[in-house]
Amino acid sequence: MLENIWLIPAVTAASFFLIIFFGKRDPNKGATIGILALGLAFAFSTIAVVQWIGRPATQEVEAGHVVDGDGHGEDGGYDADGEHSETEGDHAEDEEEHSAGVGGGVAPGVLRGAVEAGGGEEGHHSYTIRSSVERRWEWFNNGQIKVEAGTSVDGLTVALCFVVSMISLLVHIFSFSYMHGDERFTHYYAALSLFTTGMFVLVTASNTLQALFGWELMGLCSFMLIGHWWDRDGNKNSNAALKAFFTTRTGDVGLLVGISILFFAAGETFDIQATNNAALSGSISKGVLVAGAGALLVAVIGKSAQFPLHTWLPDAMAGPTPVSALIHAATMVVAGVYLIARLYGVFWEAFDIPGGGWNPIAVVGAITIIIAAALAFVQRDIKKVLAYSTVSQLGFMVMALGVGAWTAAIFHLFTHAFFKACLFLGAGSISHSGSHHSFDMISDMGGLKDKMPWTYRTFLVATLALAGVPPLAGFWSKDEILVGAGENGYQAFLVIGLIGAFMTAAYMTRCVYLTFFGEARGAAAHHHPHESPPLIVVPLQILAVFSVFAGLLNAPGILKFTEWTDNQTVLSAGMEHHSFIPVTAALSVAVGLGGIATAFLYYWRGLRFPITAEGAGKPVYKLLSNKYYLDALYEGVIVKGIREPISRGAYWFNQKVLDGVVNGAGVAARGLAKFVYEIVDQKGVDGLVNGAGLASEGSGSLLRHIQTGRVQQYAALMLGAVGVFALALVLL
Amino acid sequence: MQFLLLAAFLFCVGVYGVLARKNAVLVLMSIELILNSVNINLVALGAYRGYEEAIIGQVFALFTIAVAAAEVGIGLAIVLLIYRNRADIDLTQVDLMKG
Amino acid sequence: MLGQQIAFGILALVMGVSALRVVTAKNVVHAALYLVLVLSGVAGIFILLAAEFLAIVQILVYIGAIVVLFLFGIMLTRAPIGRSNELDNDQRWAGVLVGLGLFGLLAAILYNGFGRTKLPESEVARSGDVGLAIFQTYVIPFEVISVLLLAALVGAVVIARRD
Repeated sequence: MLENIWLIPAVTAASFFLIIFFGKRDPNKGATIGILALGLAFAFSTIAVVQWIGRPATQEVEAGHVVDGDGHGEDGGYDADGEHSETEGDHAEDEEEHSAGVGGGVAPGVLRGAVEAGGGEEGHHSYTIRSSVERRWEWFNNGQIKVEAGTSVDGLTVALCFVVSMISLLVHIFSFSYMHGDERFTHYYAALSLFTTGMFVLVTASNTLQALFGWELMGLCSFMLIGHWWDRDGNKNSNAALKAFFTTRTGDVGLLVGISILFFAAGETFDIQATNNAALSGSISKGVLVAGAGALLVAVIGKSAQFPLHTWLPDAMAGPTPVSALIHAATMVVAGVYLIARLYGVFWEAFDIPGGGWNPIAVVGAITIIIAAALAFVQRDIKKVLAYSTVSQLGFMVMALGVGAWTAAIFHLFTHAFFKACLFLGAGSISHSGSHHSFDMISDMGGLKDKMPWTYRTFLVATLALAGVPPLAGFWSKDEILVGAGENGYQAFLVIGLIGAFMTAAYMTRCVYLTFFGEARGAAAHHHPHESPPLIVVPLQILAVFSVFAGLLNAPGILKFTEWTDNQTVLSAGMEHHSFIPVTAALSVAVGLGGIATAFLYYWRGLRFPITAEGAGKPVYKLLSNKYYLDALYEGVIVKGIREPISRGAYWFNQKVLDGVVNGAGVAARGLAKFVYEIVDQKGVDGLVNGAGLASEGSGSLLRHIQTGRVQQYAALMLGAVGVFALALVLL
Repeated sequence: MQFLLLAAFLFCVGVYGVLARKNAVLVLMSIELILNSVNINLVALGAYRGYEEAIIGQVFALFTIAVAAAEVGIGLAIVLLIYRNRADIDLTQVDLMKG
Repeated sequence: MLGQQIAFGILALVMGVSALRVVTAKNVVHAALYLVLVLSGVAGIFILLAAEFLAIVQILVYIGAIVVLFLFGIMLTRAPIGRSNELDNDQRWAGVLVGLGLFGLLAAILYNGFGRTKLPESEVARSGDVGLAIFQTYVIPFEVISVLLLAALVGAVVIARRD
């Protein structure tokens, strides 16, 4: 399966076409095809995971040495020795102090998992990892540029394939009940299949062009799915779809520019591995590298909803909830994170990630964490809370990548997919059977704890996981991020991460309270809420289970996730794996529980703060309610400012110039016709024709006189002519 | 050479007569003038070349005379016929072929 | 050859004037008589050119037969006897033009071609040689002429027949 990983997108692509052409004939309107295909994809992904885990670790990688085509390593371009030895020292200290707390002292700087006695130079770590499975086919070759299609399978790929296929499958099953009776049911399933195909293509791509293809495909399907109910609610849904599309499109400009820059910088190749090697070996100049990485960062900001292009994600909640679960929790929005993770060599060199202090990626991520978390506090709509929570968590992932905690970021992506999908599907379940299709927590929910027990339980589990309560999944991944931030010299970001964790726990507790506790309000009171059907509840349960146990995959001591996802680029760049630090862990638990406690006190016990929304906090509240006026800026100022003059100009052009030309052409044609008729035809042509006749007549009547009938005259003429001829003959 | 010139003169006078005379008989007379000039030409040119050719010239001139005679006979017969039909041999009146 | 030149000169003069009178005479009969003069002059020219047989034949046939025929024709067509002004048609001047033009042309050509060639001395053509030429070398044209004359005779009779 690892060699044939292309089967997975092939299956879902085939499913798309089958649903489009034959879905209507299926008694289930295409859902059978979709669910079967995703089941098959999930099976393949599982096989791929198993095969990957069973793969022997044979590739030797040395930190700081890039393995390029020739096989000899080149130096990473910075002083590796100094850095490493320093970090080693820190590790040693930490280990000595806290060895009691951690089960089994671990030698500093040495990778858990498959380990060889540290070879290489002093201060350089060497790892033995599973080498990636690469397959390439030549797509086209125009003599100068060779474009390939190919798959590159490593730990990151199989992990994401597993996550995507599983969540997609659960969403398909969930949608069967949730979207039952929808008028565009078949197209919905087709779009879901196509979307999943796009994500698989992105994840298995071995070159940037293929990744671009998958990226764009997902953008398109996201547009289609968000706007699924375009005929409802006036323009709200289609506007949301357009907003999502255009905002991510703005980022896509960066993607195209970045791919092009890297193509030329890496020696005219689109291959990801080659690009990473070129970046790490220092053969690309710093300026070019920064430009390329910066452009890609713009793409990530758009697609992964980072500040300032995050505005589309909350509005995208206008789409069906399973769509939100799939696309905006687990799959599409992490495409940006995946992009950075894949091309990590480029970013590592461009922004000097190991240098510490700050870098653009970390800054973007950090800002996003805070502002999104703040916005989540003032939302009425449960899906919007979850949307902002997603934005915030994406900020965590991006920040993690920025501070050099690559494995932590990927691991957080992995675990976040499970509990966020569980939360979204839970919201869907609530709206389906609890609040009568309303998502407004304040007016239509409340007291659903007893009416929808399974939904409540799974939602609660997922919330705790998100808040970072051990031993649930979120704790392990978030903690790893914080450790990475602290250890790699990004202490400021460690603090920001802690603040973010606090806010996350608080607003999620608020959300839980407003939804499940208190008095039933509005629809929850009048429409007899009940538990959802099994097709909805079972996916929730599955996801909840994963939310509990998935984190243990990378718990200290087990660290299987790290072992499986280690890859050549990241390690040869010099990324460090840091061991568990109990202090950080304790801090993150503390802030998580503190957030929950704060919200608990506020809602359950009625504790109020001196600063209220109506009082001193009013400006802040207003700022948050208006989403920092970003939407007003984007739509009111930028878009309108460009649109209005253009549309006015276009209208003027149409009326005056185009219509003028057309009308003018008409008038000219008429005038020409008149001229032709009157002058050319009547006078000219008829004149000629009549004239010919008249000339004939005239000349005839003139010449008639010659023929007198008198022979002598004829003779005279003849002799005269003969004389003239003779003269001519003589003279000439 | 002077003979030839004389012949040419007679020829041209004859041409004038053919064109300018109204009476058909006078036209025939002018034709006779032309024919005679031809005869002079033939004989003169023959005489220039020597004895044998002179004989040949004279023989041809004899033939021409014979032809002239025949032609005058026929011509006058036609003129008589015209006269009989019209009581007039004014050639300017013979214009039935007038266009 | 002075005698020849003088003779020629006199003959040419007479002939020229007579020819002009033929075509300009106001009296038809006078025109016929002037024609006789011209024809006689032609006979004289023949004698000058050492063609005696031909000269005699000319006088016999032309003056003797053809002119008589002309006179008969004049008589039978009631040609106006005496002076008449209506013997020339309106293209007199066109005729003059053509005539003069032709004469000029012919003169130029003749001068160009023959220049000042002189008549060679030759003996008089013997009639016997002419006869021999007719009946030996040119017998076929002779026969044809005979047939022609026959045809003319028959034709004239047929045409002028009164029926």
